[in-house]
Amino acid sequence: MDFVRENADLFLDAFLTTLGLSLLAGLLALVLGTLLAAMRVSPIPPLRGLATFYVETFRNTPLTVVFFFIIFGLPQIDFVIGFFPGAVLSVGLYTAAFVCEAVRSGVNAVSGGQAEAARALGLTFGQSLREVVLPQAFRTVVPPLGNVLIAMVKNTSIAAGFSVSDLSSLLPRLVNADAGDLTLVLVGVVVGYMVITLPSALAVNRIERRVAILR
Amino acid sequence: MTSSAASRVPRVTSRTAGEPLVRLSGVDKWFGELHVLQDIDLSIDRGEVVVVIGPSGSGKSTLCRTINRLEPIDSGEITIDGQRLPEEGKELARLRADVGMVFQSFNLFAHKTILENVTLGPIKVRKQSKAEAERRARELLDRVGVGVQANKYPAQLSGGQQQRVAIARALAMDPKVMLFDEPTSALDPEMINEVLDVMISLARDGMTMVVVTHEMGFARRAANRVVFMDGGRIVESAVPETFFTNPQSDRAKDFLAKILTH
Repeated sequence: MDFVRENADLFLDAFLTTLGLSLLAGLLALVLGTLLAAMRVSPIPPLRGLATFYVETFRNTPLTVVFFFIIFGLPQIDFVIGFFPGAVLSVGLYTAAFVCEAVRSGVNAVSGGQAEAARALGLTFGQSLREVVLPQAFRTVVPPLGNVLIAMVKNTSIAAGFSVSDLSSLLPRLVNADAGDLTLVLVGVVVGYMVITLPSALAVNRIERRVAILR
Repeated sequence: MTSSAASRVPRVTSRTAGEPLVRLSGVDKWFGELHVLQDIDLSIDRGEVVVVIGPSGSGKSTLCRTINRLEPIDSGEITIDGQRLPEEGKELARLRADVGMVFQSFNLFAHKTILENVTLGPIKVRKQSKAEAERRARELLDRVGVGVQANKYPAQLSGGQQQRVAIARALAMDPKVMLFDEPTSALDPEMINEVLDVMISLARDGMTMVVVTHEMGFARRAANRVVFMDGGRIVESAVPETFFTNPQSDRAKDFLAKILTH
């Protein structure tokens, strides 16, 4: 116990790193994922093709490989990125593919008549999506989006393998320092992740109840 | 009556001079192998109320939906107020703003209040101020008799009320022509009249209307012309009195016999 207490600063720093990584990557994933979903349902074939290509590429590539590509691959073409920004980019780009598919399932669940009514009023495709379709789509995909984001928080642990001092990186460092406290360190790290994911799950439940609409 | 005579379309002379407001010429459309619209010619004058009737699958809803290009056509030409329907994009959106549409299933925006449903188009498309759009929306909602429901959501209203809101939503755009695609077909019988009454008053006020419907009473009371479709073609086109008392084609006679006997 003393050992954990002595390293409280380290825990706090690591926790904040994981939290920051999760928030930034989550924001990137939500924005980019929604944009990709809009492209995948757009009437313009090249946009649809591009978004489909993106989703299939990132969804079917292991996250570790994405990290390798961003952190060690990009410098080959003279695009050097720091470890933390690289981790944000890797996790964000990867998760965007899953966000896209969740949002797209929501778009498909909105009845076609809603978009038709919007178009019949003279709204452009973008306006119909923004004003009518996406607000309803998000309401139906709150639970799957919650899943995607919670999985993302745990996926940030791969950053530990790429010199980011996040919660997971504490495991080898502290265990090497004093193997006797392995259990305590493990519990500390798990609690750190739960402090992020459990409130997220609760928030998802609240949002789901609040935005529920009558049909 | 021979079948060759039946396929000839009697023309009703236009009531006002000049360019018709809506003109379809040589319009064809296929759904895969199915030729749903076959060489359709139809002109609708300003202020005219045209009722389109026919058996299910005759192409009447499709015809209605081609006029604002919710259904693209394969050949032919459609013009509204002398302007050819654009293919896609902003031009088409601009033209659609001038064509009001009322759907069978209402299609009110489920996540918006009644008032927001009516103000969305004027604010986003016509760039009206919120205050101006709301003032006009309340006027229209009062006119169709659902003013007190302004702050409710669509699912809290009856079908008849929802459809009247849908009419108000279309009117808020100050359309040149209104399309009604079976507006009463999804309604309980006791709610049909409240919607038809609103439509009849619109017709009296001189709105140009294309109405796909099974309501023969509405056709008799409000239509300037009845267009009878079957198998993707316009089989007959006549003033209601003539059409209902003295249909020319066998198919129209057959159809009328079936629906007017009960």
